[in-house]
Formats: sequence, structure tokens, C-alpha cells
Amino acid sequence: MSETPLFAYTLRLADTSLVLGHRLSEWAARAPTLEEDIALGNLGLDLIGEARLFYDYAGKVEGQGRDEDALAYLRDDREYRNLLMVEQPNGDFAVTMARQFLYAAFAHPYYYALGNSKDATLAAIAAKAEKEMAYHLRHAGEWVIRLGDGTDESHLRTQAALDDLAIYIDEFFEVDAIDRALIEAGVAPDPAKVRAEFEASLAHVLDEATLTKPSVRHGQSGGKRGLHTEHLGHLLAVMQSLHRAHPGVTW
Amino acid sequence: MSEAPSPLYEVFIRPKAGLSHKHVGSLHAVDDNMALQMARDVYTRRGEGVSIWVVRSNLIAASDPTDKEMMFEPTASKIYRHPTFYEVPEEVGHM
Repeated sequence: MSETPLFAYTLRLADTSLVLGHRLSEWAARAPTLEEDIALGNLGLDLIGEARLFYDYAGKVEGQGRDEDALAYLRDDREYRNLLMVEQPNGDFAVTMARQFLYAAFAHPYYYALGNSKDATLAAIAAKAEKEMAYHLRHAGEWVIRLGDGTDESHLRTQAALDDLAIYIDEFFEVDAIDRALIEAGVAPDPAKVRAEFEASLAHVLDEATLTKPSVRHGQSGGKRGLHTEHLGHLLAVMQSLHRAHPGVTW
Repeated sequence: MSEAPSPLYEVFIRPKAGLSHKHVGSLHAVDDNMALQMARDVYTRRGEGVSIWVVRSNLIAASDPTDKEMMFEPTASKIYRHPTFYEVPEEVGHM
């Protein structure tokens, strides 16, 4: 399948938003408190809303008649291009908040930069997503602070969550030929330029949370090329089951 | 969950500029900052507001329901306090 860089790039953004949104939806009716249950639902809906806009645009860019449902529900894990970070299982509440914090600390400045894209549609979606990510960063950051600087148990679990997830950070900033082409065209921002802001968010929150940033020797990557951890296939099996059983179903 | 319950907060939302904050409900949160975030997520999902106040429920001084007769009944016989004999011009808007 030959695809344009713009299609591949938009699909990566869509997949990353959808997979993380789906992960948050798995907390529905299971969160530690009623209030947080609703909060997690809100965050998930932000991400799924972003995914729909990106899929819709990707389908139009591709021009093969695939709509958002076809792109979301009828591709297998090897065709998914999301970042590895977002497909990691929810684990306990500390893992979910650490994952959300790390992603939002990257996504917020990244979408802010994408708001200046020469591609008007991507710029418009990014302008919406940037505000949502600002809230995700604040919400998850405040939780990381409280969990890290909370009880011995919550500190231990949050540090463990960061240690486990840290290997997926570098992939945020990886640039391949597809990214390179769009960066040069002024369509995509260079992720290297938002790294300082990402690190500043981390330093600020982890310091207040009395947590330490894990050092990573070998980061994991591959998500953007369709090479995933074992967890994505299971997630897609659940997420896609309804549409695959009843193609085109509506309600 | 088995942890001690977090404090109860009362939530007030200002629906739009010019109107006052109105009590909309309550929620549990670990502290003031989290209470504001939870209030945003629980009570403003459908565009209900432009400003939020939260206050710890135990900081509110409240009248005793058993004092109801003493507190409120004496006004019932004083209908002259109701401005029902005036017509409010439409231009006044919210009062």
C-alpha cells in the first residue's frame, strides 16, 4: 500500500488519541471514586473526539472512501501507528496517571506547535486538542504530585509506574522519513523543539511529587511503524469486536 | 476502596458573566485544587459554567432546621415586603 506522508502522519495522531482514549474508557465504573470516574471519562472522550477528527481527515486525504469507522475498526494491530506509551495497560491508578501525565506533558506543547501547521485542518484540530491536553496535563500532574508525595504505598507505586513507562518516552521525539518530510513542508512540528518544555513539566511535577526521573538506556519504539507491544492486539480485539460482528452498525 | 473518605465540598457554578454563583451539588476531593478539577469534570460537562467556587462543606455555618418556625414563619404575614405591586421593565433583565 503506497500512502502519502500526510495520510500516514494523520493516522498516527488518530491512532494515538483513540488508543489512549479507549484505555481511559476501560476505567468506566471502576475508578477509585465517583468523581474520578467521571473525570477519566471526560479525558477519554476528549481523546476519542480528537481521534474522530484526525480519522475523518485521514480518510479524506487518502481518498479511498474509508471513513473514521473503517479506519478505527477495520485495521489490525500491525496497521495501527500509535505511540507505544498509550497502549500500555491501565495497571493501578498510579500507572494510569503516570501514563497520562507523561503523554500530556508531550502532547500539550506538541499540539500547541502543530497549531501553526501550514495544513489548515491539522492546525484547527490541534488548536482544539491543545486546550484539552493542557487540562489532561494539569489533572494527571496534580494526581502524580499527590500520589508521589502521599503515603509510602502510593509513592512506591507511582515511582514503579514511572520506572516501567520511562522506556516509551523517547519514541515521542523520534523522527522518521514521514515526519521529516512533513517537518520540512511546515506541516508537522519538530518534536525536538518541544522536548525542553516536556522535560520542564517532568522536572517540576516530579520534584514536587518527591519522585525521581528514571534513567533509560534503551528506549522502546516501533509503534509508529506498526510494531507494537503485546497489549495492543488485546485492546483492539475488544474495541473492534462490535463493529466486526455487526459491520456498519449504528444506534 | 477502603481509604478514609476525602473531605466533602460544596460546588457553586457561575453560569455566565453577570449572574451569581449558584449551588449545584457536592463532591469528595482530597484538597481544594482537586475539588476544583473534580467540580469541572462533574458539573460543567455540558457547558454549564464560566467560573467555579468550591468550599469545604464543614466550613459552612447553616441554620438549624428545627428553628424553621422561629426563623422563617414570621415573614409569612408581611406580604407588603413583596414587590409584587410593581411591573419590572423588560430592559432591566436579570434582577
